[in-house]
Amino acid sequence: MAHETCESEPETSDDVAAPTFERQDAAGSESTGDPVVVTESLTRSYDSRVALDAVNLTVARGSLFGLLGPNGGGKTTLFRILSTLLTPDSGSIKVAGFDAVSQRHAVRQRIGVVFQSPSLDGQLTVAENLEHQGHLYGLSGRTLLARVAEVLERFSVLDRADDRVSILSGGLARRVEVAKAMLHQPEVLILDEPGTGLDPRARAAMMDELMRVRDEGGVTVLLTTHLMDEAGCCDTLGILDEGRLITTDSPAALKRLVGGEVVSITTPNPEAFATAVSKRFDTKAAVVGGLVRIERDRGHEFVPELVEAFPGDVDSVTVGHPTLADVFVHLTGHGLYEERTQDEGT
Amino acid sequence: MTTMPMSASPTRSTRPLLMRPAISLARREVTRFLRQKSRIVGAVGTPLLFWLVIGSGLRNSFRMPAVGGGMNYLQYAFPGTVVLILLFTAIFSMISVIEDRREGFLQAVLVAPVSRTAIVLGKVLGTTALAVGQAGLFLVLARLAGVPIGVVSFVAAFGVLILLGLALSGLGLLIAWPLNSTQGFHAVMNLLLMPMWLMSGAFFPADGASRWMGTLMKLNPLTYGVALLRHAMYFGASEQPGHLPSPLLCLVVTVGFAALMLFVATRLVQRSG
Repeated sequence: MAHETCESEPETSDDVAAPTFERQDAAGSESTGDPVVVTESLTRSYDSRVALDAVNLTVARGSLFGLLGPNGGGKTTLFRILSTLLTPDSGSIKVAGFDAVSQRHAVRQRIGVVFQSPSLDGQLTVAENLEHQGHLYGLSGRTLLARVAEVLERFSVLDRADDRVSILSGGLARRVEVAKAMLHQPEVLILDEPGTGLDPRARAAMMDELMRVRDEGGVTVLLTTHLMDEAGCCDTLGILDEGRLITTDSPAALKRLVGGEVVSITTPNPEAFATAVSKRFDTKAAVVGGLVRIERDRGHEFVPELVEAFPGDVDSVTVGHPTLADVFVHLTGHGLYEERTQDEGT
Repeated sequence: MTTMPMSASPTRSTRPLLMRPAISLARREVTRFLRQKSRIVGAVGTPLLFWLVIGSGLRNSFRMPAVGGGMNYLQYAFPGTVVLILLFTAIFSMISVIEDRREGFLQAVLVAPVSRTAIVLGKVLGTTALAVGQAGLFLVLARLAGVPIGVVSFVAAFGVLILLGLALSGLGLLIAWPLNSTQGFHAVMNLLLMPMWLMSGAFFPADGASRWMGTLMKLNPLTYGVALLRHAMYFGASEQPGHLPSPLLCLVVTVGFAALMLFVATRLVQRSG
């Protein structure tokens, strides 16, 4: 299990995450102060498979919003619709006040997009890549050069301006990707799995950068992820599974949904064990990813009872506070990393 | 929430941008090319080798049918080699479309507020600049090959190169755009582009070919491009390059070919929204 780096930090603890917009989002309220992304009944299918099923999503301006779900859960489809690369079959989507289908051009001017695969040209230098990007957004001349220097400075890569992108490390290249997407001062920064392929340290640094983008520029940051450490850093999480948006809330509030503690047991025959435990203790034991999993108040007191009741069957037991992975299991009945039957089309 | 001091917000045009993005994309093509030495070697070296080996090998066994006079095979194959350089560059450019798509580069361009036409224009202009640059360099060697090229005929030939460069880049783009692997492109290259070149009169004249081959060659638009280049290179010279369609017909077909390719490529790219 990955560390949830942001959890220990005060920013996302209950008191700070609680006020204003997040709560209203959670309630699905219409009266959200200033939403910057709103979708209504957004639906999209590939052939016969429904990739997005009537998704109603509201993202508050200035928040760091994470779409959490397994691969194939619909994240990529939603990302592609948000970034104007794909049109929905039905439903509506507004980004920064404009319709992402009929007013695509206006939306494109106001979003910055970071793709999962690198969009920088490895043969060009960092500065050349950004200058090229500026030309795509109508910037030129001295304004452009000043802006490039400003954004490189802000993302601490100014000293690498004249290096070719192909020699940069993965973490640094991703930082330049973000700098590039921020060049034209978008209102919304959309990232598809920004931490994928980075080691945990580089990933933590990336999340720090994204929180800075939110705090300093007032930019809304919207990312897709299946990684717990990234998800833990978000102000608000939307849980997306099998094309449906199951719930939207702050990580802390989501964790409160899971009662007490989570007890995970390794055993040679999980299915039979789960059935036996459910019967004996009048509790709900489920098999998730090969482990028997029980949500229970005062879980630590339950462990000795359990082990004594089934001597020899228990290989190992862990007890922990609920993680976002537990939240996902609690809400969907299956694990975040379990293989889904179908791959998501791209 | 504190707002960081930033430079003024960019001015936002109400219409998708066209020329600046197109020029920037074209410049990127050229910069990339110049930084990849292997591509320069591949695009110029291969046709050059082709010309020298085959030209020298066939030099004595090849007799120009009918007119053509004292032309040897190295001379005959020279304009065809120039066209082959154009074709090779268009093919390399085609691979880069597929690579750009697989990487995120193309996606980043597609989410930018630029006209889809700018993407076509950038790719085609960049490729054409590269193709014409290399083919033009080779054209300078024409005198060494015994082609009596002068200033006027050089300029005329250069114009033809630009026209053909646009046509072949457009063709390259419209083939590459729907492909998502470089494997598919190898098939297209072997089954379509190389035969198109072989049957264009670049390699052998239509006069001596069998009847069905002669018909295919008449239907091949590139035949008129190669012929137009021959006309241009021999413009004003006492020797003539053999039996060819009239210059006017060649010009009309080549302009039409280029316009059609660019039109279809633009429509194709515009469909991607």
